[in-house]
Amino acid sequence: MLQLVLFNVTNGLIIGAFYVLMALGLSMILNLSNVINFAHGTFLALGGYLAYVMIPYTGYWLALLLAPIAAAVIGFAVERFMIRRVYDRDPVYSLLLTFGLAFMIQDGARFIWGAQPLPLTIPDVMQQPLSEDLFFVTYYRLFMMAIVAVTVVGLFAFLRYTRLGVRIRAGTLDLDTVSVLGVNVRLLRSLNFGVGIFLAGLSGVLAAGQNSLNPTMGDGLLMPSFIAIIVGGVGSLGGTLAGGLIIGVASALTTVFFPEASDAVMYVIMALVLLVRPRGLFGEEGMLT
Amino acid sequence: MIGLLQDRRVRLVAIWVVLLAMPFWIPLVGGYTALASRVLILGLAAMALNLLLGFTGVMSFGHTAYFGLGAYGTGLALKYATTSTPLALLAGVLLGGAAGMLFGALIVRRRGVYFAMVTIAFSQICYFVAFRWNSLTGGDDGLRGFARQPLHFPGFIVDIQQNGTLFFYFVLAVFALGAGGMGIVLRSPFGRTLLAIRENERRARFLGIPIERHIWLSFSISCFFTALAGGLYALLNNFADPLTLHYSLAGQLVIMTVMGGMRSFWGPLLGAAVFVVMQDYISSVTVNWMSFIGLMFVLVVLFFPRGLLGIFQRKQGA
Repeated sequence: MLQLVLFNVTNGLIIGAFYVLMALGLSMILNLSNVINFAHGTFLALGGYLAYVMIPYTGYWLALLLAPIAAAVIGFAVERFMIRRVYDRDPVYSLLLTFGLAFMIQDGARFIWGAQPLPLTIPDVMQQPLSEDLFFVTYYRLFMMAIVAVTVVGLFAFLRYTRLGVRIRAGTLDLDTVSVLGVNVRLLRSLNFGVGIFLAGLSGVLAAGQNSLNPTMGDGLLMPSFIAIIVGGVGSLGGTLAGGLIIGVASALTTVFFPEASDAVMYVIMALVLLVRPRGLFGEEGMLT
Repeated sequence: MIGLLQDRRVRLVAIWVVLLAMPFWIPLVGGYTALASRVLILGLAAMALNLLLGFTGVMSFGHTAYFGLGAYGTGLALKYATTSTPLALLAGVLLGGAAGMLFGALIVRRRGVYFAMVTIAFSQICYFVAFRWNSLTGGDDGLRGFARQPLHFPGFIVDIQQNGTLFFYFVLAVFALGAGGMGIVLRSPFGRTLLAIRENERRARFLGIPIERHIWLSFSISCFFTALAGGLYALLNNFADPLTLHYSLAGQLVIMTVMGGMRSFWGPLLGAAVFVVMQDYISSVTVNWMSFIGLMFVLVVLFFPRGLLGIFQRKQGA
């Protein structure tokens, strides 16, 4: 019984970790650019595929870093040449634009790499379980959680202690004032978009090692990420982090006791939050609402 | 000719003549009668969405929830409760509309992208329920085992069950009711107030307009008509698909609306026609149809944001 609970809790934490990485990127883009990036899930898949292409030349470890960076560069370019052009228009256009981009990237991946799942090889040592009792906890799973934890801490440190990070946070609160103070807001938004895509790409590489690569691998993560943002509160990255962890662990625990409802629980949580505290757990009233 | 088309009444007659004659001319452009019915149904859904999107200025990106609930409500009613097609349609409309009224009341204070996000999440809840509740909805396979029934009038029967052309005219009649209803709503003082909210919400609020109640009403009306379209869609296919609840169809409804022209009453119908026919054609010639549809989204947003009728109106103005 204990093993079963542990098994599901580790699963939940890992899934929650993916939710968090996805949702943090989405949330950053939403906060600064007021754009819901529907293509976020396909950027995740793109990150995984880029790693797949790189590994034969660079090995796993370098690809783990380079593939997300490559995805971020592509994201930066997409923001610069397309998404930037709709900032001043009705928000419906940015939604449609990223919606169309998601279609194109996903179909492009299918065209290049095929619809069949592809394996992403991870170093042998990481495929070993910790011990016989904990056969379900491979080193890879621990490694993933560690990477996600380091990335999240790094992201919050970046936003708090670097000049760029502080500007991003300030822009979230009041972009006009930041612009008047002489910050290049256009570049700021592009860089911020790139950082968000970096997070998506990183989760893509990690997820590909856990399961396998396929063009739709990010689709299932998009909606939980939305819910994490709504639960945590739009405008608050800390809230997004909490939201992702809450729904991840909640769905894991429901898997133990009531497996049928494991997917439903996050929707229930969202409905409760919308009823009781519509701005989200950590959201501020008036933020984007 | 163009001058004539500027007259409202002439334009209206022209639109209805084109629609009435659709079963006769659509084979000439490579279509078929069921495709014509699809155009009308998705056109009705897009026009209903536009009541909210274009005329109230509120962005729902999850309107498939009500479309799909209309479809499932109609299908379930036909399967378990009634043999009357109009009654089943009514059941679907009530189901979808009531869901819209309830959910609308929850989210009516939200705006912009946040409003869009919660509407998407709600459509995803409905999708999820339909997907999982196997015993009632058929789960992933969709709801089967029902068929639209012939219409019984006193003295004669209209067999819309077997005859696709007659069914098309049934759809057209329902479409006419829907379009007429929405036209009346938009021309009423209430509809004018919605435009005021779209143009300047703060000013409208200072004028003493109860903004939340108006947006909620607009949302609910829009959901009722969307559910009507969804019910027709279930009748067309004799099948309710969980994908009718999925937000990707909602995105397609929005692109139809924008492509046709958000500021015009008939624009979404035109957008639906172009979208449906193109999707039908592209998916018959290439497996990579998703790329082309995606490209269409991008091109419309970047180069034709005012839609097809928008271009036309601009030329008129110039």
